[in-house]
Amino acid sequence: MITPAPMSSTLREKLESNHFVVTAEVCPPKGCDCGEFMEKARSLKGLVDAVNVTDNQGANVRISPLAPAALLTREGIEPILQLTCRDRNRMALQSELLAAAALGVTNILSLSGDYISFGDHAGAKPVFDLDSVQLLQTIATLNAGRDISGAPLEGAPSFFAGAAAAPEAEPFDLILPKLAKKAAAGARFFQTQAVFSPDRLARFTEAVRPLGVKIIAGIILLKSAGMARYITKNIPGLKVPPEVVAELEAAESPLETGVAIARRLAAAARPFCDGIHIMAMGREELIPDIAAGLRNEDN
Amino acid sequence: MIVSKQKPFIEILSALEPVSRVFLIGCAKCATVCKAGGEEQIWQMQEDLIAAGKDVTGSVVIDEACHMLRVQRDLRAKGEMVKGAEALLVLACGAGVQSVSAGSDRLTIAGLDTLFLGNIRRFGQFEQRCSLCGQCLLNETAGICPVTVCPKGLLNGPCGGMDEGRCEVNGDAECVWYQIYLRLRERGEEAPLTAIKPPRDFARNLRPGSLKLDK
Ligand code: SF4
Ligand code: SF4
Repeated sequence: MITPAPMSSTLREKLESNHFVVTAEVCPPKGCDCGEFMEKARSLKGLVDAVNVTDNQGANVRISPLAPAALLTREGIEPILQLTCRDRNRMALQSELLAAAALGVTNILSLSGDYISFGDHAGAKPVFDLDSVQLLQTIATLNAGRDISGAPLEGAPSFFAGAAAAPEAEPFDLILPKLAKKAAAGARFFQTQAVFSPDRLARFTEAVRPLGVKIIAGIILLKSAGMARYITKNIPGLKVPPEVVAELEAAESPLETGVAIARRLAAAARPFCDGIHIMAMGREELIPDIAAGLRNEDN
Repeated sequence: MIVSKQKPFIEILSALEPVSRVFLIGCAKCATVCKAGGEEQIWQMQEDLIAAGKDVTGSVVIDEACHMLRVQRDLRAKGEMVKGAEALLVLACGAGVQSVSAGSDRLTIAGLDTLFLGNIRRFGQFEQRCSLCGQCLLNETAGICPVTVCPKGLLNGPCGGMDEGRCEVNGDAECVWYQIYLRLRERGEEAPLTAIKPPRDFARNLRPGSLKLDK
């Protein structure tokens, strides 16, 4: 018998022992050469607690995130495998999860997935056999040693599952029940969409805390006013407030200002979350500047 | 009703390329309402085909082209006009086209693209609200169908792209979960938002569907 790679999650240990965590995301290649991906991820070692590996992000075809996530575990970098319901039916999702478990990939972020029309295969069949809540239930069922048709598994995984949340979306009354469903279905952490308003994050945290789910607040590095406008227009669920765009517009060095904004937002979010998820938009080397002073051990 | 629209004329012509004598078939029900295959469109098609050098042997608008026996009866009644044609051009939904092809050895050409089961919002405006999933959930979703109205068919609430009630896929449209939420708020209910819905059972919706009524 080949023993599966051990499934451990330092992310879980840190969150459960109330260590403030920092996560970041790295987009896998469009192609099979993971060299650049690995370089980027290696440069994050020690700076972040886990690295999200995105799944056909923006509905664009890339390498399956499982391969790069498994490469990360080999080097002792902890991945968070993002898994969307857009491209796989319930059978493919389960077999992908079992494959992840065999390779020691433990943290899973369950997502619905951006719609097909946003990406580079607009004519593809959108799957959405399950939704993110049902995928979380599926993960919990696998953890309990069965597939979702009830058949026993040879070797049960022990995934640490999380989900996405959009703390600033309105109406909040409408998104809260879904967050509660995600918690009930087994989500142990939320990684949020980029936050801009500490007040709304506070509202979110107050509502979500009783669900017993850890909150990792999204912080985005805006590199210029143009980029801020672009993502507001083109990325679902992301909206940069006009005053932030104006601040970038007026800046002498937009990148420096972008870092300062991110640092400011991260500091303002700090009391309302258990960690931050930094979307560094290709400037991962700036993550230490944004996260400086946030982690317990930094204090 | 079944919503359909005419294929571009150039496509129809190219499908008719190998033949010169054509018989036209329309449908008096759905295809008439969506102005794709009624009397008027059959007449227009005849004009256009003649202008393109085709010979139109005759035409018929069948009461319901999806009714297989009626189609065969109506075509028999047209006798020589049908027999004299090399191809039958059908301006009806895909079901109608196949009522024709099932009972004829003539080349059968589909002149329409069949789109969806639609509601008529107002004259000439159709929208899809039901996608025939075989397991109606409307009693659990405040009478609004997330299977159809949400592009992702999400059963457990809005995706992360919903904001201010708008759909991430089409900013001009309301998110279906926002519509459900508003409806529930009016009624002071919330169960449809809080109860986790299990995955759909696609075995209830196998293709090809068939149904035989018990006598
Ligand atoms: S749930 Fe929606 S798609 Fe299914 S039968 Fe009912 S209205 Fe039609
Ligand atoms: S915004 Fe609403 S309707 Fe649109 S895809 Fe998301 S859940 Fe579905």
